[in-house]
Amino acid sequence: MSDLNVMTPAEMAATKAAVMDQVPGSEIQGQSPLHHADLESLAKQGPKQGGIHLREHKLLGHLTLRCNPENADQLAAAERVLGVALPLQPLTSAENGDYSVRWMSPDEWLILVPGLEAFEVESKFRDEMGGHYSLVNSSGGSTVLELSGANVVELLKKCTPVDLHAKQFPVGKVVSTVFSKSTAIIRRTGEQRFELVIRRSFADYIWLWLQDASREFGLVIEA
Amino acid sequence: MFHIYCPHCAEYREEEEFHAAGQAHIPRPLDPDACSDKEWGEYMFFRKNPRGIHHELWVHAAGCRKFFNMTRDTQTYEIKEVYKIGEQPSVVAE
Amino acid sequence: MTQQNRLQSGGRIDRSKPMTFTYNGKQFTGFQGDTLASAMLANGINVVGRSFKYSRPRGIIACGAEEPNAVLQLGATEATQVPNVRATQQELFNGLVSASTNGWPSVDTDVMGMIGKVGGSMMPPGFYYKTFMFPQSLWDSYETMIRKAAGMGRSPLESDPDTYDNVNQHCDVLIVGAGPSGLAAALTAARGGARVIIADEQSEFGGSLLNTKETLDGKPAAEWVRAVVEELATYEDVMLLPRSTVNGYHDHNFVTIHERCTDHLADIAPVNQARQKHHRVRAKWVVLATGAHERPLVFSNNDVPGCMVSNAVSTYINRYGVVPGNELVLMTTNDYGYQAALDWDDAGRKVVAIVDTRASGKGSRAEAARKRGLNIISGSAVIEVQGSKRVSSVSVAAISADGHKVTGSVTKLKADTVASSGGWSPVIHLSSHTGSRPTWDDQIVGFVPGPTVQKQLTAGGINGQYDTAVALKQGFDAGQKALTEVGLSAAEVVLPKAETLKTDAPMSLFHIPHLKPTSQAPKQFVDYQTDVTAAGIEVACREGFESIEHVKRYTAMGFGTDQGKLGNINGMAVAAKALNKTIPETGTTIFRPNYTPISFGAIAGRNCGALFDPERYSAMHMWHVEHGAKFEDVGQWKRPWYFPQGSETMQQTLDRECLAVRDSVGILDASTLGKIDVQGKDAREFLGRVYSNAWAKLAVGKCRYGLMCGEDGMVFDDGVSACLGDNHFLMTTTTGGAARVLEWLEIYHQTEWPELEVYFNTVTDHWSTLTISGPNSRKLLEELTDYDLSNDNFKFMDWKQMKVAGVPARVFRISFTGELSFEINVQANYGTHVWEKLFEAGKKYNLTPYGTETMHVLRAEKGFIIAGQDTDGSVHPYDLGMGWCVSNQKPFSYIGKRGMNRVDCVRPNRKQLVGLKTKDPKAVIPEGAQAVLDPKEPIPMTMIGHVTSSYWSANLGHSIAMGFIKGGLDKMGETVYYPLANGTVIEAEICSPIFLDPKGERQNV
Repeated sequence: MSDLNVMTPAEMAATKAAVMDQVPGSEIQGQSPLHHADLESLAKQGPKQGGIHLREHKLLGHLTLRCNPENADQLAAAERVLGVALPLQPLTSAENGDYSVRWMSPDEWLILVPGLEAFEVESKFRDEMGGHYSLVNSSGGSTVLELSGANVVELLKKCTPVDLHAKQFPVGKVVSTVFSKSTAIIRRTGEQRFELVIRRSFADYIWLWLQDASREFGLVIEA
Repeated sequence: MFHIYCPHCAEYREEEEFHAAGQAHIPRPLDPDACSDKEWGEYMFFRKNPRGIHHELWVHAAGCRKFFNMTRDTQTYEIKEVYKIGEQPSVVAE
Repeated sequence: MTQQNRLQSGGRIDRSKPMTFTYNGKQFTGFQGDTLASAMLANGINVVGRSFKYSRPRGIIACGAEEPNAVLQLGATEATQVPNVRATQQELFNGLVSASTNGWPSVDTDVMGMIGKVGGSMMPPGFYYKTFMFPQSLWDSYETMIRKAAGMGRSPLESDPDTYDNVNQHCDVLIVGAGPSGLAAALTAARGGARVIIADEQSEFGGSLLNTKETLDGKPAAEWVRAVVEELATYEDVMLLPRSTVNGYHDHNFVTIHERCTDHLADIAPVNQARQKHHRVRAKWVVLATGAHERPLVFSNNDVPGCMVSNAVSTYINRYGVVPGNELVLMTTNDYGYQAALDWDDAGRKVVAIVDTRASGKGSRAEAARKRGLNIISGSAVIEVQGSKRVSSVSVAAISADGHKVTGSVTKLKADTVASSGGWSPVIHLSSHTGSRPTWDDQIVGFVPGPTVQKQLTAGGINGQYDTAVALKQGFDAGQKALTEVGLSAAEVVLPKAETLKTDAPMSLFHIPHLKPTSQAPKQFVDYQTDVTAAGIEVACREGFESIEHVKRYTAMGFGTDQGKLGNINGMAVAAKALNKTIPETGTTIFRPNYTPISFGAIAGRNCGALFDPERYSAMHMWHVEHGAKFEDVGQWKRPWYFPQGSETMQQTLDRECLAVRDSVGILDASTLGKIDVQGKDAREFLGRVYSNAWAKLAVGKCRYGLMCGEDGMVFDDGVSACLGDNHFLMTTTTGGAARVLEWLEIYHQTEWPELEVYFNTVTDHWSTLTISGPNSRKLLEELTDYDLSNDNFKFMDWKQMKVAGVPARVFRISFTGELSFEINVQANYGTHVWEKLFEAGKKYNLTPYGTETMHVLRAEKGFIIAGQDTDGSVHPYDLGMGWCVSNQKPFSYIGKRGMNRVDCVRPNRKQLVGLKTKDPKAVIPEGAQAVLDPKEPIPMTMIGHVTSSYWSANLGHSIAMGFIKGGLDKMGETVYYPLANGTVIEAEICSPIFLDPKGERQNV
């Protein structure tokens, strides 16, 4: 268990920002915020047809980047790390393979990467980016739900006050907004497909809510 | 229920995404220790309550988490403009 | 059962689909397409309720939302009871169960009926104010009696089996009302490519076009309606909402719609379907095409069943194939009213007379009546009706040209139905919801929408335009205007050709004179639902109420669930006459949401039961549930409160948990504490500005406790922050304060100190925090890590990075119990893993899970405060005896510094936090108890402070408490008394709040 980077006092004193690989070895299974819902079993046993399909993309790497959108060096560094430029237009997103980046605020982006790559990406940022910025690993604090199906817009209209019409909310758009009595980051990933990033502590509430609100359409769990 | 244009997200959103944070343009005194009790009390507690044009501070709490200013008519509830922190209102009471 | 008033043909009902329903326990039959009201009228049901104050029998008077009398209770079972349903708006379904709500014990033999008639004159307006105001103590019994007699429906005693939805909608144009103007507007907007929502409260679109025999393009109007609705249904961006009442028009074109999805199907909604939906619409433009309500005229005994508004008579005949009587007398002040007589005549029943209050009526409809040879009596009025449960005859007399006096002799005519038309009142309710005051229009004798700041258009009846051709044109224009405004180009629509009817000017008449003065004439009702009469309004005016708003409140006019839709204008006219003013001078009343009553279910939507409020869970929540935790609500969090074993009481559990921590080791799930990641070169400076103590020299790897104050100097949050890197801190906050603290940091950064280079991000949910505390906590942790945990290597207030049970962790050696403690922070996905491993290894140390209550006791033994329990926004750090946590050496005047130096904050004798040791070691002072110096002082006693925290300490074998005492820090050793509500007095000695290990040796080993 000594593989962790234990620093000397001198090294620690020189540290500007602490970075830690937070993921243990593969022998330890992480539990997503919806672990207790056992979506795998529901996917096997539950209905296969319905107007709403739900899938959890669990244990991904969630990184929140804060930097200056007017700092060309920082933007270039981010592009070097991610292979895609940070989206600078409000409420837009960008993707590069497994990496996806969401505009959250003029100086904030939410980056999702495969769970095991979070530390690597984080470290790359620390190597590549200079100046004033912050990078926070929030992988344990949220999970991703994918909602799709013929009735997905009807369902979401019960949950959030944002306008989901394709003209107002095209594929790729991302908003951080109210979701029933919680909040969610909603991104449209297809005409009838949305991605929700939700907070861990509210995950059970949102899961209960979605089951209730989708009853009239039929809910299919995918795993 | 207001419909509020967030100057950072650049679109209208529902009021439930926002919090009002009181009157705008109340700078913290640069040297608090030099303030008399009266001056400090006025900074802390005294606020306008106009009938008509009012400048308020709001935050897009469930959205981009940015604060911004709003000029609003307290009688008709019309939002005359929103503007970023550091900017000055273009609509002011006569 | 026969439907004696049902026509053999005609109407929009389906005679092949009979439906049975129950009214007051008796079974009747109607048809698909009926409303409950039309089915009741078809069956000759005259009495639908008793009036509120005088308990007079009342019948159906109107045919829509404006109905004041037929307000029924629905529901076949206890759980499905729905009060306040207007029979005129409820579609009939097979098995519908209804009952009248006003009338005790029954509508037909009513006890109060007699009292009402006798006591009627003894119940003037303001009766309740005048009679029941004093004595206050008797109000409860008065109220019970009045309510029982009045009976306004009741709520179910069991929970509603149905579900309801709130739905958010957005559109370019919301059209309210699907009559001719609404449909024309919708068709235009839809063809232009706009996102359209069109809502109508009725079961099908068409509005007035469904109620008449008029034609469009020479064909029945209903055919045009069908074609338009069919076309609208083809547009993807058009939403059609029948059975949907637009109930509220709020700021910035936010409009609420109450859709009754399955109320017309059965007592309970079909499985998985929402019974009702509450649409929350944000519309760029709103077109109000709400039409108008016909006003009844005010005459003596105008509430006897059989008195109706004339257009309701037409509607029942044309739309439902029901003639609500045999012999009709029609009274009208205008041409439109004649239609009822024409329709009655068409239905083959007897028109006794048409009484026109004008000298002559020469409009198209009047001419048609004349041509048919109907008996038209001009310049006259129905001054009184006779009958009790149904009209039996009417008195007609000539009146003066101004309508103020009876001028001729009285003729009695035999009739069972009196239809009256006093003209139309535009349905301006929605336009006035946002604060716009209506404007009086002399031409149409009614109020029209006034100026507004909303993006609102109006078309048709709401503008006082009752001609179908004009209504269509105005709807079309509104549609085009909306298209232009939202940036779309004009649409091509060819409007159908409507019949043009010539109409004469209406007479401005509301209150029909009687031979006797109003005060002595038989009652002339203005507001049926609240039993307000013309005489009552005159009394109010005589008693000095001049403002219509005051008259309204004094008489209760417009206070019913119908908001006075039929009566308000008539009431204003009566008041205007009494005050010798014009109606616009008298003013108008503003309508408020909701337009018609809405069920609580629709408002609540799915936010009830388990979904009423989010429950926030930590990563280890399921473990807590499985191990029998009792939970405490902390904000939205469910935190383990205590973990009882077997049949333990709460106190036994707490004693066991407290002892286990001090004797060996306990574990607390501290994950709910707020955590904020602070990064940037000015992070340290920022902390120094928002905390009262110093942060400049905190080294990497160290933790420090801080107090956060407002600008007033008062403590509002506290917590430990760790220096993770020179530019990197992890701040913790109280569980309940997390969101507030983050917003606090942001507002100062964004508005005051944007030049500071720092970013804040919440990581509350990201980290699981597992706190092990107790003398054996080091030994326990050693079993799960190979990191050197010795006191030399890992000092108190240090944090270290290590693996715990194989999981990378940041471990903070900080303590809220005063014991040797380690707060293990791991990514929340691994929280349960580490938690369970700790229990595996912790068996031999009797590792004991404890909850918030034990945490509270343990920290109180150490005198540690809880922000929000031992602070209340009025105490600064010095009041708490925590001056050690204030640094006045900092160059920047941190938040709170100036505030806590105000004169009042530095005066002597402020309330200060101290420890309290009871003389009787077993006595636990209740939290909140007030301290006095002299328990024998007469009430009101001089109170000098109160208890904020108080517990039984199993470790110490006596109770412990903390509380505020005026000048308490200088009163050590003095005695104070806590007189309790039960008469006993607890005596306590003021002491240090640190009851255990004052030198802090236990945490520093």
